[in-house]
Amino acid sequence: MNILSLLVLVPVLTVAAILLAKDNKQTRLYSAVGMSIQLILSGILVYMYIQERNAGNTELMLFVKDYVWFESLNIHYAVGVDGIAVAMIALTSVIIFTGIFASWEVFNLHREFFISLIVLSTGVFGFFISLDLFTMFLFYEVAVIPMYLLIGIWGSGKKEYSAMKLTLMLMAGSALLLVGLLGIYMHSAPEGAPLTMNIMEIAKYDIPVEVQRFLFPFTFIGFGILGALFPFHTWSPDGHASAPTAVSMLHAGVLMKLGGYGAFRIAMFLLPEAANEQAWFFLLLTGGSVVYGALGAIKQKDLKYINAYSSVSHCGLILFGILMITKTAITGAIIQMISHGIMTALFFALIGMIYGRTHTRMIHEMGGLMKVIPFLGVAYVIGGLASLGLPGLSGFVAEMMIFAGSFEHADTFHRVLTIFAITAIVITAVYILRVVGILLLGPVKNKHFFELKDAKWWERLPLITLIAAIAFIGIAPFWIIELIDESLVPLMDKLLSIQ
Amino acid sequence: MDFTYTILIPLIPLFSFLIIGFLHNKLSNTVASGIGITALTASFVMSYYTAYKYFFTTEKIDGAYQKIIGYNTVWLQFTENLHIDMGTLIDPISVMMLVVVSTVSLMVHIYSTGYMKGEDGFNRFYSFLSLFSFSMFGLVVSTNIFQMYVFWELVGVSSFLLIGYYYDKPSAVAASKKAFIVTRFADMFFLIGILTVGYITDTYDFLALTDPSGSAIAQGGGILFMGMSTMTWALILIFMGGAGKSAMMPFHIWLPDAMEGPTPVSALIHAATMVVAGVYLVARLFPVYSISAPDALEVVAYVGAISSLFAAIVATTQFDIKRVLAFSTMSQIGYMITALGVSGMHGHEGVGYMASMFHLFTHAMFKALLFLGAGAVIHAVHSNLMNEMGGLRKYLPVTHITFLIATLTIAGVPPLSGFFSKDEILVAAFHHDKFIFFIQLFVAGLTAFYMFRLYFRVFWNKEPHYHHTPHDAPMSMKFPLMFLAMFSFVAGFLPFNEWITVDGKAIEIHTEWVVAIPATLFGLIGIAIAMVMYKKETAIPDKISAAFGKFYKWTFNKFYFDEIYMFVTHKIIFNIVSKSVAWFDRNVVDATMDGIGHVTEKSAEMIKGLQSGQIQKYGFVFISGAIIIAIAFILNLFY
Repeated sequence: MNILSLLVLVPVLTVAAILLAKDNKQTRLYSAVGMSIQLILSGILVYMYIQERNAGNTELMLFVKDYVWFESLNIHYAVGVDGIAVAMIALTSVIIFTGIFASWEVFNLHREFFISLIVLSTGVFGFFISLDLFTMFLFYEVAVIPMYLLIGIWGSGKKEYSAMKLTLMLMAGSALLLVGLLGIYMHSAPEGAPLTMNIMEIAKYDIPVEVQRFLFPFTFIGFGILGALFPFHTWSPDGHASAPTAVSMLHAGVLMKLGGYGAFRIAMFLLPEAANEQAWFFLLLTGGSVVYGALGAIKQKDLKYINAYSSVSHCGLILFGILMITKTAITGAIIQMISHGIMTALFFALIGMIYGRTHTRMIHEMGGLMKVIPFLGVAYVIGGLASLGLPGLSGFVAEMMIFAGSFEHADTFHRVLTIFAITAIVITAVYILRVVGILLLGPVKNKHFFELKDAKWWERLPLITLIAAIAFIGIAPFWIIELIDESLVPLMDKLLSIQ
Repeated sequence: MDFTYTILIPLIPLFSFLIIGFLHNKLSNTVASGIGITALTASFVMSYYTAYKYFFTTEKIDGAYQKIIGYNTVWLQFTENLHIDMGTLIDPISVMMLVVVSTVSLMVHIYSTGYMKGEDGFNRFYSFLSLFSFSMFGLVVSTNIFQMYVFWELVGVSSFLLIGYYYDKPSAVAASKKAFIVTRFADMFFLIGILTVGYITDTYDFLALTDPSGSAIAQGGGILFMGMSTMTWALILIFMGGAGKSAMMPFHIWLPDAMEGPTPVSALIHAATMVVAGVYLVARLFPVYSISAPDALEVVAYVGAISSLFAAIVATTQFDIKRVLAFSTMSQIGYMITALGVSGMHGHEGVGYMASMFHLFTHAMFKALLFLGAGAVIHAVHSNLMNEMGGLRKYLPVTHITFLIATLTIAGVPPLSGFFSKDEILVAAFHHDKFIFFIQLFVAGLTAFYMFRLYFRVFWNKEPHYHHTPHDAPMSMKFPLMFLAMFSFVAGFLPFNEWITVDGKAIEIHTEWVVAIPATLFGLIGIAIAMVMYKKETAIPDKISAAFGKFYKWTFNKFYFDEIYMFVTHKIIFNIVSKSVAWFDRNVVDATMDGIGHVTEKSAEMIKGLQSGQIQKYGFVFISGAIIIAIAFILNLFY
């Protein structure tokens, strides 16, 4: 069987196994086993992909499989991956693996929770392997819908409101996206030829420019809403604040990346002329949101809000890098997707663990935690340092590639905007150090904190996994660049041929 | 000549950091410090070997020392020409810095076994020291400006971690945060400068950038932006980064607070090595400054001069001995920066460059000695404040003698090393700009005064009541003191004019009496005044500070720089900008989104009455509609 379809099948089988589980312990065991297999599988995929490339396979997409699904509309179940997709799949499997362990402690409706979570991840895996617009959209919806249940049922605070808001806003995005995708489909082939949903097929044909101009905003904003594009990001702070730990991890870590990935793979790649023409407008929005999100984070009091605003800033940088349309910047943006995915998952995992101990997320009610729970404290500091772009950790590589790539433009507009965005590195340092200072350092604020226990093994495992990934990308960025580099060439050729 | 092994100089401390860091709660203190010291000793030996090999056995070409790439590998590729490399560049200044960093770092490693004994987190301390040493070695051997930026950030974070070593103490936490954020703010300009230089010259490589006949230097002169070439702007931005790390005005505010860290850290990071990174940066890019952007060099000279004056004035009023030393560091770095600013490229014009590096070298030794001495004092009396000290010469004889040597050195008393290096700086300033020369001359006098104020106040003057009789430091602390004191003697006689020049060729130097005599005189006057005022307890200091009135108060409060920064960051950025952004996000952006939801809900509410299910109502609406359309047709409204 095709390895890509296995990636979808394993989560589905895991869900089936969970349905048969006798109690909560079995549930989490099955989940852990299933997602470990998934992690190994994606490791094998990376290995196979590199082998294939080394063997001289220069096909754009590897492991392609194509089944006709709905003939009259020419809808196929078409899968295939390039280096970028492989990287995103690896990211997803790491996050879902760690997410399972972050939900280890038994709570209400444990089984249903894991089912929803794994269904969600199925959607994400499906999205990344799809080559067919319809299939891709379908998987996209599969990923978004369980979110409503996960937040609405297992969330905290204003959970119904947040769940509703998040779902409705993402649905609004889907609606825009649907217009864009159908529009692309309608113009996917020259007059007379049969229409197609296959991305690779569409890319061979140049959609008329007028059509592109019309469709680009729909598609880009449609994906952008999921990628926290200003001003459509407001679902994110509320949503994250209410969501349970693993959901926040998966959502900020992976689901938001669907936005950036789709914006690049669909909106920019299939509508390149419009992308070049309209990039300036979205650059203003995203460049602004890089600084805006960081400023918004400074004065927040709730740990999750801080991280949510920080995500707005970092995800803004992803779209910013993509819109720069230089190879360096886009490479940087893709690394930023991975880097931010891991980093933010780490943060949300830690916040969940800290909340589980102190029963508060308000930073002013905590203090001196480094003394009592040093393992979590150190992990938080490392995450913070990665977030503020310390060399040797993943954030630095991504940011520098985006900035250096932006400076390749000869015009003043791009460079001035980049300089504006660079100011965020200082603001990020401010809010990160503020949190670290209040939360972890200083004297222990509450004498009950002295009774807190440091991380258990099921907490250490995900944290160490995530930190190792951050350090790995930060120290040896060349491997990941090699993985995505070749795949970027055709994409860039199409985008740059227009300029 | 093969210098490939030089890559090990930074890597060995890195391994030591990883080992101690991962096993910090498994290792005993002795083992942890043993690993750290062994690693540093290895780097120390290799650094000295490199210096020997480079200065004595490497063949000169055309009478000039060559720049040699010991090791180089591409780490992160941006474009074909722009990439971050990791490697080692061996040339006179990097070799000199290797010697400085390894010497001071090793001494601090040894000293800390005594000073930090019994501290909680002793192993953590040693792992951070190793991390710092790794970063600093990496910085000084950088082959390209982006590698330097990478390590620049890493020394910044090591400094952050070490200042905040006592992390349950709020003042230490605040100081570490301040140090990181202020330098980060400066680094932002540095980064923009690097990107601009890369854009103009299409290279980050130091060899390509600083080759006087190369294409990089020739470019960028043409494009003007606000009256100056883009290259000038880029170099000013880069210098701002350097000014941040080197605590030059207006980025100096973090350095005095950084004294919250353990004293050995102050000696290593905030006196001898990391804070001179800014000087080293300008020296590294000196040919670019000198040839393509003399305007930027002028800025450098004045920033240095003003900072050195400012810091020297403030130092005269401080009571915390570490803070006096911190301001003194800032003042001395101002000297080095100025010296670069007044320097030229070749022959005797290049004396400023040589003097700057010379002073960097001697300063590292005597300032580390001063800090370690201060550490021994603090260790003995458990206080930082000079009011709580006095008469310590009897109790701490070794510390006293070594401290006196260092104080005489910094005051510029011949034949100690400080005299020679400072003299060269004054000579360079004298030939370039008389105004700067007079500032520096005055600062020389002030330096002698405040340093001897400190010395007399601590070791002479009235003895307060000590709870325990102060004891001199253990051998582990005495040895570094004596070693560095010896260096303070010898360093002055090293032939820097032959070794370290801009173009690698030896230059002639000779004593210029017109400079040397007034400089020594100013120093002696400063010492004399301090002796009168502070050797015994007198009422003179109070009278003088009263006489200066407001000025004294301003000086004592460091001219309110901290308050201004506090106001701007907390009041304006945090409270006004950040709060309004947060408010705007909740109440405008989000409210709009919620509003759309509400409108949808409300309109649904309004029109839901239409779906009544009553056939009569539907029939009525249907027929009314039909009639309206019919009328419209009749009246030809559609045409």
